[in-house]
Amino acid sequence: MKIANKTVTATRLVKDALEKAKHFADYNIFTFIDEEGALKRAAEIDAKIARGENAGRLAGVPYALKDNFLSRRGDTTASAHILEGTASPIDATAVAKLEAEGAIMIGRTNLDAFAHGSSTENSYFGPTLNAYDKTRVAGGSSGGSAVAVALDIVEFATGTDTGGSIRQPASFNGIYGIKPTYGTISRYGVVAMASSLDCVGFFAKSPEDLDLVMSIAAGQDPKDMTSLPDYYDDDAYGDDASAGPAAASSPTVAGVPAGVPQAASPADAKAAKKIGIIKDFDNDVVNAEIREALRKKCKLLESKGHEIVELEMPTLKYALAVYYIIQPAEVASNLSRYDGIRYGFRSENSQDLDSVYKNTRDEGFMPENKRRIMIGNFVLSSGFYDAYFLKAAKARTMIINEYAAAFDKCDFILTPVSPNYAFKLGEKVNDPVAMYLEDLMSVSLNLAGIPGLAIPAGEAKDGNKLGLQLVGPRRSDKNLIAFAKELQDEND
Amino acid sequence: MEVDVSTIKHLARLSDFRLSEAEEESLAGDLKSIINYISELDKLDTSGVEPTYQVFEMENVWREDEILPQDASREELLALTKEEKDNQIKVPKVL
Repeated sequence: MKIANKTVTATRLVKDALEKAKHFADYNIFTFIDEEGALKRAAEIDAKIARGENAGRLAGVPYALKDNFLSRRGDTTASAHILEGTASPIDATAVAKLEAEGAIMIGRTNLDAFAHGSSTENSYFGPTLNAYDKTRVAGGSSGGSAVAVALDIVEFATGTDTGGSIRQPASFNGIYGIKPTYGTISRYGVVAMASSLDCVGFFAKSPEDLDLVMSIAAGQDPKDMTSLPDYYDDDAYGDDASAGPAAASSPTVAGVPAGVPQAASPADAKAAKKIGIIKDFDNDVVNAEIREALRKKCKLLESKGHEIVELEMPTLKYALAVYYIIQPAEVASNLSRYDGIRYGFRSENSQDLDSVYKNTRDEGFMPENKRRIMIGNFVLSSGFYDAYFLKAAKARTMIINEYAAAFDKCDFILTPVSPNYAFKLGEKVNDPVAMYLEDLMSVSLNLAGIPGLAIPAGEAKDGNKLGLQLVGPRRSDKNLIAFAKELQDEND
Repeated sequence: MEVDVSTIKHLARLSDFRLSEAEEESLAGDLKSIINYISELDKLDTSGVEPTYQVFEMENVWREDEILPQDASREELLALTKEEKDNQIKVPKVL
């Protein structure tokens, strides 16, 4: 990022960003643009720099905020009618940390209402269009944030990822997106979807930029009891000390598998890594061009001295069913708070309190919100709890164990993010199960609490962007981002 | 698993939705296919496996039991409601 080095002013950067945001208005990226506030902030940053004061590591860098983060600037709608007019009196911790380092929010971005969806078509404000093909979806749920970065409107954008909502839109738009280890970034001030799965993360155009914003946003927060003690920049989790097969294997191997040459460039020597690929996903379920992109990246890694190992992970095919039981159960619980009483939309055609609740929820939620709430209440209801919710919680343990066993054999796993690249607008919106199937390879990471990084992986023949995800054990976030540089080539 | 309009009515009651007949019908179709899909999990043998409800590595994170200042004031929070009177939120009749 062009951190203010006095060759460019914050005001110039913000004006450029605002201009681009207006230029790309037809993509429906933003739910709110804060022209006045952003320019005021920029002037303050410029004044600070002129006075020789430290303006922060993100001084004057424009960013976009997914509209499910609370911030005192603009209404927080989560792209849902039921949150209409909700002007938050507080800032989310992630927002406060970014802005303390001088980042400037130029606008709030569109999402599937309450982050329920994989295309941004479930937004009350209509869909966001793909950055490379306006007849295709942006991906979701953080579609607006992904397209804002892909079209170069902002340097980075925030997202949330409960089952793929950062990684999938990142891959649909050819950029980087990280879903961190569960608990890495505080969820305080983020509209809750499924609390045991929700993660705050980012979109950017380079691994270096992701590293910088992660380093700023990560860390324990007394306001979020499920935030991990600080670890992101800790050497104990750094490149050389990473736990994994290299560290755990026999002394004769000494971190480099036998027969594998050292990294090609001694100047940028990285220890050779073992990269797992999941055999269970190498079939017709995944688009052939995405599988080819994966093979190309494997060849690239091998040419750099890394080793590819094949993994069998037979429980992963159940991850989607597990996810679509656990996630709606938590959604039903979290979304029971929206009743029209304390904030947001309230139905006007109601003569008594019970009608206020029922009508507000009926008129205020999108169809997909209703499906998830009702499925959640179904799997939790008496008579079905054991067969669905408890069974899914047990399967979740098996998925966690399967990843643990996989990371005994490799340092990272490289897999598709989703079975297809960006699909056509309207193609799946009326078929909920078809839409859910797009999450097939992304949801298991959230169930296991492990990090995943979406990386660009070239283009399909029709020009649409392809992406892959690099998956690591818990707290390997910084290593994932560092290793992404090994995967870069001219086709990205 | 049979998902009919009576199942939908029951779930709508649990979910606090007043659904139109058209919505009930379309949701019955959607929920039927979703429940059919998640029922795939039947095929996985989970006997003898302990359930996992959260993946946070720590348990029982406590703080001191003391009154801390809140980020939002009462006035700011009450300003978000539709109707307020004497520091109370006003709603239609309960009964």
